[in-house]
Amino acid sequence: MDPMDAIKVTFFQECDEQLGELEAGLMALEEGTGDRETVNAVFRAVHSVKGGAGAFGFEDLVKFSHTFETVLDLMRSDKLAIEPDVLHVMLRASDVLADLVHAARDGGTVDQDRCAALMEELEHLALGDSAAPAPAPVAAVTSAPASPDAEPEPDEWGFVPLRISIDDVPLLDEPAAPASDEEIWKVTFTPRPALYAKGSDATILLRELAILGECDVAVDDSLVPSLDAMDVNASYLSWTCFLNSDKDEAAIREIFEFVEGDCDLIVERIVVSTPAPITAPMPVIEPIAPPPVAIVAPAPTAKPTAAPPRAAPAASKAAPAAAASGDGEGKAAANATIRVDLERVDRLIDLVGELVINQAMLAQRVAETGVVRSSNVAMGLDELEQLTRELQDSVMAIRAQPVKSVFQRMPRLVREIATATNKQVRLVMDGEGTEVDKTVIERLSDPITHMLRNAVDHGLETTQERIDAGKAAEGTIRLAALHRSGRIVIEVSDDGRGINRERVKAKAIEKGLIAADLNMTDEEIDNIIFLPGFSTASAISDISGRGVGMDVVKRSIQALGGRISINSNPGKGSTFTLSLPLTLAVLDGMVVSAAEQTLIAPLTTIIETLQPKPGEVRRLGPNRTVIAVRDAFVPLVDVGVALGFRKESAQPDSGVVLLVESEGGGRAALLVDDIQGQRQVVIKSLEANYQRVEGVAAATILGDGRVALILDVDGLIAQRVSETRAETQLAKAG
Amino acid sequence: MTNDDIEFAQNRLELISFRIGEQEYCVDIMAVREIRGWAAATPLPQSPPYVRGVINLRGAVLPIIDLANRLGFGVTEPDARHVIIVVRIGGRVVGLLVDAVSEILTTTADAIQPTPDVACDAVKRFVKGILAVEGRMISWIVLDQILPDQSLEEAA
Repeated sequence: MDPMDAIKVTFFQECDEQLGELEAGLMALEEGTGDRETVNAVFRAVHSVKGGAGAFGFEDLVKFSHTFETVLDLMRSDKLAIEPDVLHVMLRASDVLADLVHAARDGGTVDQDRCAALMEELEHLALGDSAAPAPAPVAAVTSAPASPDAEPEPDEWGFVPLRISIDDVPLLDEPAAPASDEEIWKVTFTPRPALYAKGSDATILLRELAILGECDVAVDDSLVPSLDAMDVNASYLSWTCFLNSDKDEAAIREIFEFVEGDCDLIVERIVVSTPAPITAPMPVIEPIAPPPVAIVAPAPTAKPTAAPPRAAPAASKAAPAAAASGDGEGKAAANATIRVDLERVDRLIDLVGELVINQAMLAQRVAETGVVRSSNVAMGLDELEQLTRELQDSVMAIRAQPVKSVFQRMPRLVREIATATNKQVRLVMDGEGTEVDKTVIERLSDPITHMLRNAVDHGLETTQERIDAGKAAEGTIRLAALHRSGRIVIEVSDDGRGINRERVKAKAIEKGLIAADLNMTDEEIDNIIFLPGFSTASAISDISGRGVGMDVVKRSIQALGGRISINSNPGKGSTFTLSLPLTLAVLDGMVVSAAEQTLIAPLTTIIETLQPKPGEVRRLGPNRTVIAVRDAFVPLVDVGVALGFRKESAQPDSGVVLLVESEGGGRAALLVDDIQGQRQVVIKSLEANYQRVEGVAAATILGDGRVALILDVDGLIAQRVSETRAETQLAKAG
Repeated sequence: MTNDDIEFAQNRLELISFRIGEQEYCVDIMAVREIRGWAAATPLPQSPPYVRGVINLRGAVLPIIDLANRLGFGVTEPDARHVIIVVRIGGRVVGLLVDAVSEILTTTADAIQPTPDVACDAVKRFVKGILAVEGRMISWIVLDQILPDQSLEEAA
């Protein structure tokens, strides 16, 4: 990649982080939980975006962020009060800023009108509320009032000094910094005039030396005469370097190889005990050539007390330089995180997945040879299995991410829908730190977006209706994430009107989705909204779409191996609960066989397994069967027949029944021939090389190297259950 | 290098030929990833008869297409002598079940004759041309449409 492009990529990545910070900060301020530091953080975020944008010449972005920054600066210096109205403008401004950043990244365009309108609002804030009589926005920035804390001030180019942790760089006033009794090199280097005459440069040599290891250089200028006595051809300076390196003397001498005859060079090994080698007052650095690396730059006046603070930043530069030279001694380890290409992580996960399969294959082969369980081989295999498991867990943990990345986009969405529908909405978020696999995160965004849209558009009443109903004018929507029994649960709840069951049912009958005389429980009625083609909104709205809403949500959740359920309380609100596996890479499954095929049923869907007794299975009509489970009749699906592996249903009492729960909470029974056991399987997509297959969620590879299909339990029973439901109710009655 | 040589280099086409029953077919060598022996496939529900099922290819799940059946012949009863040609079609990797692989042919695009009009629909859909090599007739198969057409099936 072009280096400039690479820098740009980093800039946009950072922009996304900054925008997240900005929004989070503004919301904290809105809720009243923010403090002075929050205002500073918000200012910093906008400022960094502006700085970077300026460097890349994104004019629009610079202009907008500049105005935004001006207003924030007023707030920072207490000239603008932190009020809800102001924050509202700022939140919308942060949305526009995000748009501008994305437009700059993807080369798209932004809504100019909206952008201009907000610019105006911001300028209005900057002028109107300012305590000082109308300072021009630009002036406000350039004058940059000092903030009360030691916040680094931007310079005139808009760059903020970055604080770098120098904790593990030995400071001059920190005698304990270097480990005691270290052996280091002391290199005394005194160039003769001939060295300069031949065009050599002492600075370059010293820089070379610094690459070998951590290097402290002191210059001796005691021989420098006063200006009038100075001979331009003479050499007055000499350097003493303390080099902490594991290289040998030859390597050090090699640097000076070309100037060997033109300088005095003393290389000696010395043992330093505490304090640090450079405890002597630091002499002045050679003014004409300050080498960029690892050379401690003291104050020019050689006042020892002034040296440490100046030395610190310079010394800190030594660490990255040393690390970059490939000889770094872990100084760069101060970084707690690294950016890694997702591709590499995915590759690693794939490899570990294959390792798990191979390990299982090996174990099976060894077991087939009849090895005793207590033998060394079997025990070694057990250990291997444990290690593989641990390795897999650790690798999966790398890809786990907090749901925050999805959640932080939602406040904006809710704001926009609230504006469009003319409702007052407050979004409360909870559990943003809940971690889940990246593959799941990516697919969370759409369902959550849909559910929030629905909540604002359909769930909440209009402001007037709320007031009439004696509720707070502002509706509250809660978005929460939590871990529950190995799954991630996302809840979207509103305090709106709840589902109007009469209306839903009437609508469903009108649309022919259900039979008119069907007896339905409240729960069943609530679940009608997940049926394809159902929409109660009398007028098609832009926000929730054309009745494609909830069934799409449901399908995409199912595709992820998740479930969605609804709990509604008329007049009080509804809660949508979405439960998803933590990862899409592995699954706990029950290995079953049907019609000589080995299949995997996801463990999470199975409520219980039972052996049907003769007489419990009843035929219903020509080709339907139900099974009596504790006085309730549950539709029975023969997996072998449903998948088309055999024509005739097996004798039910010779097989095993898996009682499963479907999406709506309805139950069904799957008939298989046998249960082979439970195991964790690695999920392999069928779609990657083929296409989606009805009744099959995915595939996996078994211990013997063969492919086994993972059942899509809901898909398998959905059709059959609906066909059987009416008949079951007849059976109940009779 | 003569002009003919240059032209030859530009139109050069390398093909792998294989047998289905008594007939010979070939595919572009650039699409072929590897050739392996037959391994029992796991059948897929609700799939057309020419989809034999899926196999495990070093951790990837690979669909196996019975090429003979796809071309309108009967269903192959594979045994250990049958061969799977692993090909890349678009972004997908697919195994083609054939009777045996014969050789690698080097030819030019000009040498390929259009498919005669007598062929049935299945053949016309997949055979994009015919190659005459030493008195043998080899049909060139284009792989784009070998997989089941999902959009069509969904509409049905």
